[in-house]
Amino acid sequence: MLTLSHLISAGDFAINDICAIVLIIGGLFFFFTSTIGLLRFPDLYSRMHATGKGDTLAVLLIVSGAICHHGVNLNSAKLLLIAIFIFIANPTGTHAIARAAYRCGIKPWLKNADLKAEERIDQ
Amino acid sequence: MLTKIYENLIVKTICRIMIPFIQIYALYVIAHGHYSPGGGFQGGVILAAALALIFLAYGQEPVVRRLTPNLALSLCGIGVFIYAGTGLLCLLSGGNFLDYARLAPILGVAIPRARSLGIFGVEIGVGLAVMTAMYSIIIDVAGNSASPDRHAASSSPENLNNNAEPAA
Repeated sequence: MLTLSHLISAGDFAINDICAIVLIIGGLFFFFTSTIGLLRFPDLYSRMHATGKGDTLAVLLIVSGAICHHGVNLNSAKLLLIAIFIFIANPTGTHAIARAAYRCGIKPWLKNADLKAEERIDQ
Repeated sequence: MLTKIYENLIVKTICRIMIPFIQIYALYVIAHGHYSPGGGFQGGVILAAALALIFLAYGQEPVVRRLTPNLALSLCGIGVFIYAGTGLLCLLSGGNFLDYARLAPILGVAIPRARSLGIFGVEIGVGLAVMTAMYSIIIDVAGNSASPDRHAASSSPENLNNNAEPAA
């Protein structure tokens, strides 16, 4: 029976490798869910809701995993810069695209699209 | 300038923060080209992308004020001249075209250092040419003079009312 403590004591995995594996698997999970959202959601705004948030977190987790794998050196400093700039740029890009789509007159998806707005509020 | 409807405080602020870092990263890519992935072309494209970001966030006028299209085309020619001139200098000093080892007596350094400096000079030329050529293409394709009618139509008052905030 192989447990976590066995892995650490056996020396096959250092503790930073285990952190890296956990973080990268978490990042892959969020990439997976945001891709499902991209494929399955009905319109542009909900798709951007899925990918804009999910991809940012997933990239952050995967880059954090790579930082854990590298330890403290120049490469992990570069990876930290990548994480910071993705954290700034990705939500801004999502915001700009969603705003441009809204200004171009793309209507958000609604459950009963044939009803007027007032009727929908009454329900 | 962008019309009022296209202005966006968030995008403008983030661009103002990011653009110096993008340009420094482009210079890093150019300077590190000979022992890491990158080089003149890639760094030049990143520099042009920084200019395109200013173009998208602030409109055409601030970009054209800093780098006019005519100056850009002149710098493009100067970049090609730096590249070809480095090669021709090697040719004139008795080697092949871009044979940097022949630059060692001219620069007064050892041969490996001369190779490094020669590649660096070529990459500066390529980066300058690529940046300004990309910038000219962006201005030609997306500049205000390309489609004045469309910009006028989309900022008209009727269109503004149609896209007003939806009823809560």
